[in-house]
Amino acid sequence: MALSHVFETPVSGFNFENSTRNILLENVLDEGKTKAPKPLKTGTTIAGVVYKNGVVLGADTRATSSEVVADKTCAKIHYIAPNIYCCGAGTAADTEKTTDLLSSNLTIFSMNSGRNPRVVMAANILQDILFRYRGMIGANLILGGVDCTGNHLYRVGPFGSMDKVPYLAMGSGDLAAMGILEDRFKVNMEVEEAKTLVCDAIHAGIMTDLGSGNNIDLCIITRRGVDYIRPYQESEYKQRRQEKYKYKPGTTPVLTENIVPLELELVHEMVQTMETA
Amino acid sequence: MCCLVTARVRRLRCSCSSSIRDAAHVAHGVRNGNDSLTPLAQTTIMAVEFDGGVVIGADSRTTTGAYIANRVTDKLTPIHERIFCCRSGSAADTQAISDAVTYQLGFHSIELDEPPLVQTAANLFREMCYRYREELMAGIIVAGWDKRRGGQVYTVPVGGMLTRQPVSVGGSGSSYIYGYVDSNYRAHMSKEECLQFTAQALSLAMERDGSSGGVVRLAVISEHGVERRVVAGNQLPSFSAI
Repeated sequence: MALSHVFETPVSGFNFENSTRNILLENVLDEGKTKAPKPLKTGTTIAGVVYKNGVVLGADTRATSSEVVADKTCAKIHYIAPNIYCCGAGTAADTEKTTDLLSSNLTIFSMNSGRNPRVVMAANILQDILFRYRGMIGANLILGGVDCTGNHLYRVGPFGSMDKVPYLAMGSGDLAAMGILEDRFKVNMEVEEAKTLVCDAIHAGIMTDLGSGNNIDLCIITRRGVDYIRPYQESEYKQRRQEKYKYKPGTTPVLTENIVPLELELVHEMVQTMETA
Repeated sequence: MCCLVTARVRRLRCSCSSSIRDAAHVAHGVRNGNDSLTPLAQTTIMAVEFDGGVVIGADSRTTTGAYIANRVTDKLTPIHERIFCCRSGSAADTQAISDAVTYQLGFHSIELDEPPLVQTAANLFREMCYRYREELMAGIIVAGWDKRRGGQVYTVPVGGMLTRQPVSVGGSGSSYIYGYVDSNYRAHMSKEECLQFTAQALSLAMERDGSSGGVVRLAVISEHGVERRVVAGNQLPSFSAI
């Protein structure tokens, strides 16, 4: 079946080449003592709201590796198309790569058909990819955007289920964020009200969930364009560095210097003219 | 007679094959989509035939474990202009199956240059549900109207059986309303009576089943097209004073 958004049609079944590669690498390095790095789970709060003139997406910026914060300024709102952005929760690598793949496919589609992509198409392609892998790809995504048919917000689950909803929260902090959204959501809100609502929802997630924290990013998508505010609200608990940690050149004393010239022998010389037409 | 036997045989196969399936999946390390974190439309769905069409209804709750992922789900999915399916089981599986059947039926209809039969749609569902029965968890009721046989309801439960019934209920909440449906269904009801019957049956199921709830979505499919209704939570018929 010819698809307008991919060059090669996907082969049926799973592609576990990377798993076999990882096992081979583990065996080669230190005879199995070094393990492959554990997948980084983002432990997240993400939320989205449809308002009068578009969609507001919000996310926190903490990426955790077990109990350590690995990244304090992780970008969880990914670009899909000029009018479509996607928040991702779950395994960081999976959300990154899936959204990258989706973005590339939609660009191919735009070039092939001459049309701007629609949010429902992005959601359908995501659903196809994730269902094919039967939950192995740990990506929980909130897809939001504005197209010629209106303002849309979709949730796509890791097993390939899709829901179209007016407001949404996902990630480990979703229960707290959902409480705020259920309480204060109204249809056809104004932009400032929508921004405050999403910000408060993410804030609730940050306060109640250990896996969410640091700054709040917002992305406001309208017909006229996208306003990606990063960060919208900085963490109140940020500390400034007490000292400068840059070292002046000469701080480390040089004890000895040993210069070894490399003896290179010219073995073979060949001149090839280039055709510059 | 023979279809009763086959149904029983299939049910037996279903109960032991699930343990074989679990064992096989543990051995291969392949996670079946049936752990507690798949969004499940453990639900209540229902369809009733009347003279001139069908009435279908569903609740609106999708759960991931104990969290309600979507409290306003639409489980009545259009497959063709006058053919709908009611989905229960794994949300991902049923959405994927519906998409595939919609495509196949649309293609078939264009080839034939006439509207497809409900029986054809039901058979396409059955083909897919039976062939991939080990990997899928989907209980589907196919209902619609066509010119040859009028309003029809076909049920394709988990495992891939296909049978036509004048009234069919499905999903986790259906267990609570078999008695109500069996005692209150009468042949040759009118459209309004069927709507009332469906709404009441679904309300009773939602009252008792934890995995069903939200609003009641109804649709009437007939020669004249599709008419959709929503009965909100506070407008549901109530039965007991307790």
